[in-house]
Amino acid sequence: MTKLLEIRDLHTHFFTRDGIAKAVDGVSLSLERGQILGLVGESGSGKSVTGFSILGLVDAPGRVVSGQVLFDGTDLIAGGERLLRTLRGKRIAMIFQDPMMTLNPVLRIDTQMIETVRAHEDVSRDEALRRSREALVSVGISSPDERLETYPHQFSGGMRQRVAIAIALLHKPDLIIADEPTTALDVTIQAQILSEVQALCANSGTALIWITHDLAVVSGLADHLAVMYAGRIIEEGPTRDVIAQPMHPYTKGLIESVPRGKKHGALLSQIKGMTPSLLRLPSGCKFRPRCPRATAACEIEPALDVMDQGRRVRCVHPHTENYPEVLAK
Amino acid sequence: MIVYLVRRFGQSLLAVVAMAVLVFMGVYAIGNPVDVLISPEASQADIAAATARLGLDKPLWQQFGIFVINAFQGDLGTSFVYGRPALDIILERLPATFELAMVALFLSVGIGVPLGVWAGMRPESIAGRTIMAGSILGFSLPNFWQGMLLILVFAVLLGWLPAGGRGQTTEFLGMQVSFLTLDGLSHLILPAINLALFKMSLLIRLTRANTREVCLQDYVKFARAKGLSGRRVVLVHILKNIMIPVVTIIGLELGSMLAFAIVTETVFAWPGMGKLLIDSINLLDRPVIVAYLMLTVLIIVMINFMVDVIYSFLDPRIRLSEMKG
Ligand SMILES: Nc1ncnc2c1ncn2[C@@H]1O[C@H](COP(=O)(O)OP(=O)(O)O)[C@@H](O)[C@H]1O
Ligand SMILES: [Mg+2]
Repeated sequence: MTKLLEIRDLHTHFFTRDGIAKAVDGVSLSLERGQILGLVGESGSGKSVTGFSILGLVDAPGRVVSGQVLFDGTDLIAGGERLLRTLRGKRIAMIFQDPMMTLNPVLRIDTQMIETVRAHEDVSRDEALRRSREALVSVGISSPDERLETYPHQFSGGMRQRVAIAIALLHKPDLIIADEPTTALDVTIQAQILSEVQALCANSGTALIWITHDLAVVSGLADHLAVMYAGRIIEEGPTRDVIAQPMHPYTKGLIESVPRGKKHGALLSQIKGMTPSLLRLPSGCKFRPRCPRATAACEIEPALDVMDQGRRVRCVHPHTENYPEVLAK
Repeated sequence: MIVYLVRRFGQSLLAVVAMAVLVFMGVYAIGNPVDVLISPEASQADIAAATARLGLDKPLWQQFGIFVINAFQGDLGTSFVYGRPALDIILERLPATFELAMVALFLSVGIGVPLGVWAGMRPESIAGRTIMAGSILGFSLPNFWQGMLLILVFAVLLGWLPAGGRGQTTEFLGMQVSFLTLDGLSHLILPAINLALFKMSLLIRLTRANTREVCLQDYVKFARAKGLSGRRVVLVHILKNIMIPVVTIIGLELGSMLAFAIVTETVFAWPGMGKLLIDSINLLDRPVIVAYLMLTVLIIVMINFMVDVIYSFLDPRIRLSEMKG
């Protein structure tokens, strides 16, 4: 059976006045039906642009320069706008980061939901309304009839994000791309939404790409992790394995900077330095200037090497000591 | 909502009263109309009689008092020149100006908004840049000069359209209008374009700036991510958001079009209020000037009031927060 999604060597560049920012620089990823992929990395590493590239929603001055996005075997890049429009919201839905900005402030919730139903299916207004109501209930919104007749500003952030999720679920898509959907919300709501989305996807067999800069958020959610740095995937593998033994020094740094229950009060280690500007990247390994393990050998860009157990890592000096025995513990 | 409207209405009333004082004081300072109306050889007694007849011998505050009392009864004075109520004379001319302004408004919105949206969607394209360059011309060339150029090209050189006047009129909703007859329409086109050009340029720039801003909003991207057609994204999601500032400007500009169609009316000999004002200023026909200014203020205030009402309907945030307040 073909994979649900297979991204092959995707390049998305922004042609700015100051130069070309290679926001996505040779990303390859794949996703099975119903699988949850966590896409992790610091802000500016190209996660959102990867998500937008899949749906063909990259804004000028950005453009997908090369690569393939095979969705259910069909290349979306070659398919162009016409094909993409039939898939967007129907088979691939997206949820955005800031729920205060994603709903149109001057349109009622019912308008924004009904138009989504009717963009893809020729059904009556009543039928579309019925489905909208159902979707709102499924994301835990009570008294949906009243809610449908209100405007976004009458909702809290958490509620708005629920509405956005309900909109994403309207057509029971095969894939949802969730771009930091809980980052702007407070912690309790975050946890609620996280578990709700997980349950909804599990029930409907929807695959999920969960984009976040916060490893703690996805570690309990995703089946698979991909870590991005400066437009590339630098490490990838099953979530459990990556968390147990990160191989890339960057991933290790990310994990060590996550606060854990046990070590309450312990000092968190941090990755030194700052995310580099895409316009002034070092030669060789892009993480080199910040890496504790860097040597002269790192001046040549390492490839994304395939390791045991379906792991991939882009590093000259990966943490492979005792691997894979560590995992057996 | 009611509270909001009542409060806005109070503000409007205050503006009218303030303008009444200003207009009356301002106009009073203009030279003595008796000098213009009475022949230079007139005797001192004749002048005194004329002054008394026109009520100009009374102290300023009394004249103002009489003016206000009369104004409330719809009497804005009697024209020195025509010997008839000033308001009647102006109202006779109002339909011509009103028609001209409406057609110009229709043109500037109907053309300006779509062009602005187009230029805003594709700011880097050749069409987008051309539209912007055109709007700069419409913006910066003097109105009377544009008018004369229009006459030169379309009336004199090409001979397609008449250079001035109102042409044949017919009755429509109790007003004499030009746009229903072919002859009237041909007279209407050039002055309407002339009056519209500036507003159109203004609308193009405003719409373009707003479109660019709205296009960057997440909700537009989200709308596209839902799989909506480009048409629906533009016509509903983008347009509805840019309509709020556009309606404001349209309202403000309709008022100023009515009030300041003066240049266009003069260039095209269009028999409207603006032309009447110019004539009245030359003749120092004080009541007509005062009546014109008062009527104009009233119209502008009324339009602004209506814009606020429409505005509150367009933007649910205003409507609902004001409802609570
Ligand atoms: N509109 C834009 N114009 C120019 N560069 C952009 C634009 N959007 C994104 N980029 C570039 O792409 C990089 C990755 O952005 P993004 O995918 O949003 O990061 P994140 O991982 O935080 O989601 C940014 O660091 C920036 O250099
Ligand atoms: Mg992002």
